[in-house]
Amino acid sequence: MSTATTDKRAKLVTQQDRRRQEVRLGWMLAGPAFVVMLLVTAYPIAQAVYDSLFSLRLTAPDERDFVGLQNYLTVFSSTDVFWRAMLVTILITVLAVAVQLVIGFALALLMHRAIVQLRGSLRTAILVPYGIITVVSAFAWYYMFDINSGFVNRWFSWVPGISEEMDWFAETWSALAVIIASEIWKNTPFIALLLLAGLAQVSDDLLEAAKVDGANWWQQLTRVVIPNMKAAIMVAVLFRTLDSFRIFDNVFIMTNGDAGTEVLSLLAYRQSIMRLEIGLGSAVSVIMFVCVVLIAVVAVKGFKVNLAEGTGSNAGQKKETK
Amino acid sequence: MIKTRLTPKQKGIWALIAVVVFIYALFPVVAIFANSFKTPADVGAGTFWPQNWTWQNYEMIFVGEAQTLFLSALRNSIGITLISTVIAVVLATLCAYAIARLDFPGKRFILFTALAVSIFPVISVVTPLFNLWRSIGLYDTWLGLIIPYLSLTLPISIWTLSAFFKQIPWELEQAASIDGATQWQAFRLVIVPLAAPGVFTAAIIAFFIAWNDFVYGISLTSTEAARPVPAALAFFVGDSQFEQPTGAISAAAIVVTIPVVILVILFQRQIVSGLTQGAVKD
Repeated sequence: MSTATTDKRAKLVTQQDRRRQEVRLGWMLAGPAFVVMLLVTAYPIAQAVYDSLFSLRLTAPDERDFVGLQNYLTVFSSTDVFWRAMLVTILITVLAVAVQLVIGFALALLMHRAIVQLRGSLRTAILVPYGIITVVSAFAWYYMFDINSGFVNRWFSWVPGISEEMDWFAETWSALAVIIASEIWKNTPFIALLLLAGLAQVSDDLLEAAKVDGANWWQQLTRVVIPNMKAAIMVAVLFRTLDSFRIFDNVFIMTNGDAGTEVLSLLAYRQSIMRLEIGLGSAVSVIMFVCVVLIAVVAVKGFKVNLAEGTGSNAGQKKETK
Repeated sequence: MIKTRLTPKQKGIWALIAVVVFIYALFPVVAIFANSFKTPADVGAGTFWPQNWTWQNYEMIFVGEAQTLFLSALRNSIGITLISTVIAVVLATLCAYAIARLDFPGKRFILFTALAVSIFPVISVVTPLFNLWRSIGLYDTWLGLIIPYLSLTLPISIWTLSAFFKQIPWELEQAASIDGATQWQAFRLVIVPLAAPGVFTAAIIAFFIAWNDFVYGISLTSTEAARPVPAALAFFVGDSQFEQPTGAISAAAIVVTIPVVILVILFQRQIVSGLTQGAVKD
């Protein structure tokens, strides 16, 4: 009797020991990566929050005055700089993501249905824009439309509004159109691939049932396919929205913010890195960070986008489509 | 869904679709490729293809006056990107192994952190880093870029690898030890071959992201000592203010696009599965 209880207790102890060992090993293995991630983001953002409360200019580093929220007030009251940049950023994000979603879905459907002989080459072609450097893509689009070297004006001079002398990057709307086009081209492949994984999860039985019930192609798509891959769509849209919101590279290359195309990232860059106004630049940086967090929170809470589940289930349930 | 026999009409439709997708995906690349073979006069002519094909732009960046600028940028890009990719993949492999195989408190939080870091606006952290690097001497050095690049390469590696490791049949390891293999043999002969493709895929995707960086590149460097290619392209100026360096920039752009295209052609299947399993940002 007594030996049995001690045995049990011993077993319990070793179990606890083993558990404790597992926890320790887990953190030993995962800890370094975790700490590095915190060091390269949490620390700088905390520093940015702190810096944003000071009037600090690197050209005069000794005149560091605590100004409280003054920098934020300055930023928020500059209608023609900050709010304009905010508006442009939102406009680019909304338009680019909307078009990416449509083209990406079409590409995903194509790849999903494609005959075996074509699958590999379609995927390869689509991955090229994904892998190409954003700056290279920006130059490619810039040179196509540039008034000196571009061929677009010559090719499309028959279109009303386009002439050989048209300078795309001198007007806000035409410059934004090219910026958005390059953003769409570069990032549609990513959305297409996520949606392709979502399509693979839609069960064929459901589609068969819909077909038997006489649903046409469009009805199958809108009533069966899209509702069943809502999770994948939401995850793709959220990732693209957050990424487009920090757009920087294409704008920097094509217009450098001229012609009324300045976006938030560029504004922050100009304030801090170019003009060395660390206080003001940090305020803009912090505002951007808060915006990104807000978008993510609204998406996760409001639209119930479950990022971890949505992506995790892809891995678990993904049907082999090879 | 997959029909073994296609009618000529179906074949025609698929051929047409393939052509449209190819034009969509490759048109801008072909355009800048054509630019890279133009003489300055051809650049101004505004045609798609060059009138007279020339290697002079490539000569300029490899042996000509832009040589030091471009070659040092290329060296910086390759070195910094590879080092930060290797560090990220090593750390992420350990981390993802723990997440996939061990039960410990906080592992969901680690995944959440990786996700949060991957959606972080780079511009929000670059100002404090700029400031700090200048005061501790990391500004305009390789290390000064390798460290922040980890914020790009680490999260995606962790997500891709933990999704991948969850699918590995770890029981095989036990089975191997029962069959008389030592623990090391079981690990080396059974687990490593299963895990290696995932590690490799994570490395490719991480490489793409670091290779693509621009904000850190222009903000944290000032000279050829550490400036990577995308930043160098942006600051590349022509011989005079009247002559745009269109041809040279195009040639450099093509050179840095070649590794991307090669990786994509060789490993498209792995990249697609890695991206959709990890499903983190590009």
